[in-house]
Amino acid sequence: MQEVWFFLQLIVQGLAIGSVYGLVALGFVLIYKASSVINFAQGELLMVGAYVCLALMTKLQFPFWAGIMVTLVISALLALSIERFVLRPMIGEPVISIIMVTIGLALLLKAIVAAFFGTQIMVFPEIFPQTPVRIGEIVVSQIYIYTFIASMALLIAFALFFKYSRLGVAMRATANSNQVAQSMGISVKKIFAISWCVAAVVSAIGGILIGNINGVNITLSAVGLKVFPAVILGGLDSIPGAVIGGLIIGVLENLSGGYLDHFFGGGVKEVAPFAILVIILMIKPYGLFGTEEIERV
Amino acid sequence: MQQCGIFHQTYKDDMAVFQTPFIKFGMAGLFLFLLIFPFISKPLSAILNTNVLYMANLIGIYIIGAHGLNILTGYTGQISLGHGAFMGVGAYTSAILTVKAGVPFWIALPLAGLVTALIGMVFGIPSLRLKGLYLAIATMAAQFIIEYAMRNWTTLTGGSAGMVVSSPVFFGFELRSDRSYYYLIYAFVILATLYTKNLTRTRPGRAFVAIRDRYLSAEVMGVNVWLYRILSFGVSSFMVGISGALWGHYVRVVSDEHFGIWLSIQYLAMIIIGGMGHVLGAIYGAIFMTMLPQLLRIPEHFLTGIFPNIFAVFHSMREGVFGLIIILFLIFEPDGLAARWHTVKNYWKLWPFSY
Repeated sequence: MQEVWFFLQLIVQGLAIGSVYGLVALGFVLIYKASSVINFAQGELLMVGAYVCLALMTKLQFPFWAGIMVTLVISALLALSIERFVLRPMIGEPVISIIMVTIGLALLLKAIVAAFFGTQIMVFPEIFPQTPVRIGEIVVSQIYIYTFIASMALLIAFALFFKYSRLGVAMRATANSNQVAQSMGISVKKIFAISWCVAAVVSAIGGILIGNINGVNITLSAVGLKVFPAVILGGLDSIPGAVIGGLIIGVLENLSGGYLDHFFGGGVKEVAPFAILVIILMIKPYGLFGTEEIERV
Repeated sequence: MQQCGIFHQTYKDDMAVFQTPFIKFGMAGLFLFLLIFPFISKPLSAILNTNVLYMANLIGIYIIGAHGLNILTGYTGQISLGHGAFMGVGAYTSAILTVKAGVPFWIALPLAGLVTALIGMVFGIPSLRLKGLYLAIATMAAQFIIEYAMRNWTTLTGGSAGMVVSSPVFFGFELRSDRSYYYLIYAFVILATLYTKNLTRTRPGRAFVAIRDRYLSAEVMGVNVWLYRILSFGVSSFMVGISGALWGHYVRVVSDEHFGIWLSIQYLAMIIIGGMGHVLGAIYGAIFMTMLPQLLRIPEHFLTGIFPNIFAVFHSMREGVFGLIIILFLIFEPDGLAARWHTVKNYWKLWPFSY
C-alpha cells in the first residue's frame, strides 16, 4: 500500500508542476504559431516575471494582487519591446538566425536580472497557507493545489478566449496563414505583438507560481527548457497539445525522479524530459496533436 | 595590390585553392608568421598583460571546432545546439583511453574523433525526418543528455571531480609547454582549414550545399539526402571531437562543467558572427569570441578603479554582453565578419575608380 501512495504522491506533485509547464508551453506555442519563432527566452520571461513580482512585494511592500497585476503589465511591456526591437527586424531571416537571436535575448535578460538582483536564492513572503493537505496518505502542500487550480483556470480562460473572442479568432487566423489573415484585414504585426504579450504574461504567472514553490533564483529560467519536451510531445503547433504535454512531462519527470534517482545517482529529474523528447522525435516527430508538415515539390 | 580580374587558361588554374600570386604569397607569409609567432609572443604578452600564446592555443582549438560546426550548420544548413557536449565527448574519450586504457595520445586522438562522430551521427538521426526548429530542439536534448552522462557516469568519467590527463609525448619529447603545444594545435588547425576548404569542392561538399539551399531540389537532382545529412553530422562531430581531445590534453583536467550549453551557444555565435558557410568565417568567429572576454576586461579594469563595486555587475554582465553582441550582429550584420571583410576588400579593389 505504501508503494501506491508514494506513486500517487509523485503524480499529484507532477501534475501541479506540469500545469505550470503547460502554462508556459501555451505561451511558447502561441508565439510559434503566430510568427514561427522558436522562443528560447521563454524561461527568462518567466524568471523576469518572478523577480519583478518578488521585488514589488518585498521591496515596495505591494500587496500580492497588486504585485501580480503590476508584474503582468511590466512583462507585457517587456515583451512588446522585445517583439518590436529584436524580433521584427528578423522577419524573413533563416531559422537559425531567429533561434540565435532568442538565445542572445535569453543571455541578455539573465545578465540584467543577475546585475539587479544577484544570484542568491530569494523566497516569496508567505502568500498561500502553509499547512499541508492530506488526502489519504498523500501529503501535499497547499501551494501545489493552488498552482494547479490557478493554471487550469487560466488555461480554460485562454481556451475560451481563442474560441469565442474576436481577437482570439484573429490570432488563430494569423497562426493559420499570415498572408490570408493580412488580406482579411487583420493586422499581422499587431497579432505578433499580442502573442508576445500573452506569452510573457502567462510565463510571468508561471514564474510567480513556481517561485512560490521553489524560491526564486537565476536557475528558474531552466523551466523554460522543460517547455521543449512538453511542446514536442504535444505537437509544436497545438495549444491543447502544449497543455497536455506539459502535464504529462511534469508527471513523467516526477516519476522518473522518484523511481530512478537511486539507480543513476540523482538528478534524473533534470534529464528525463529530454530523453523522452529524443524518443518522441524519433518515433512520432510531430507529437500527439501537431500537424504533420507535408511538402510537395 | 590585388588583381582586378583573374584570367584562367586551364581548368587546373580555375580549380586551384589559392588562385593568385598575391594570395599564395600572403598564405606563405601567414604560415611563416604562425611559425615564428611563439617566439614573438613573450613581448606581446608583456604589452597586452595576458598570456598571448595561451590565447592563441585556445583560438586554435576553437577554430577546429568552429570549422566542424560550420560544415554542419553553414554548409549543410542543419542546426546543432549540442556541439559543446560533442566536444566534451571527444575530450572524455581521449582522456579515458589514455588514462584508463593506457593508449598513446596519437591513437587516442583519432579514436576520440571517431567516437564523437558516431555519437553525433546517432543524435543526427532525427535530422532525417525533421527540419530546422525540431533539429535545434533535438540537439539541445542531446546536449543535456550527454552532459548528464558526463556528470553522473562516475565509474567512467570520474564525475564532477573530472579526470587528470597527461600531456602528449612526441618522439620522447613531452608537449607540455604552451609553445610546443602551439605547434601541435596549429598543425591541426591548418589541416582542418584545408580540409574544410577542399570539402566544398568535392562531391559531398557540393551535396551539403545543395541540401542547405533546397533539400527537395537536391533530392530530385539525385543527392542522397539521408546519407549526406548523417555524413555531415559525422564529419562535423569528428572535428569537434578532435578539438575536444586537444583541449583536454592541453588543459590537462577534463571536467563536465566546461562543456555546458553555454559552449554550444558560443560555437554557434562564432560561426554566426564570423559568417556561416565561409571558411574564413569560422576563423574570424573563433578569434572574435575568444578575444571578446579579454576586450571586455579593459573597460572593467578601467571602471573598477573609479567604482569599486562595479566589478560584480560587470562579471554578471559578461554573458549579457555576449547576448547583446549576438543580437546586434544578427540584426545589423547577418552575414558576419567574413562578408564584411569581403565588401571592404571589394571596395578597395577598384579604389579610387569604384563605380
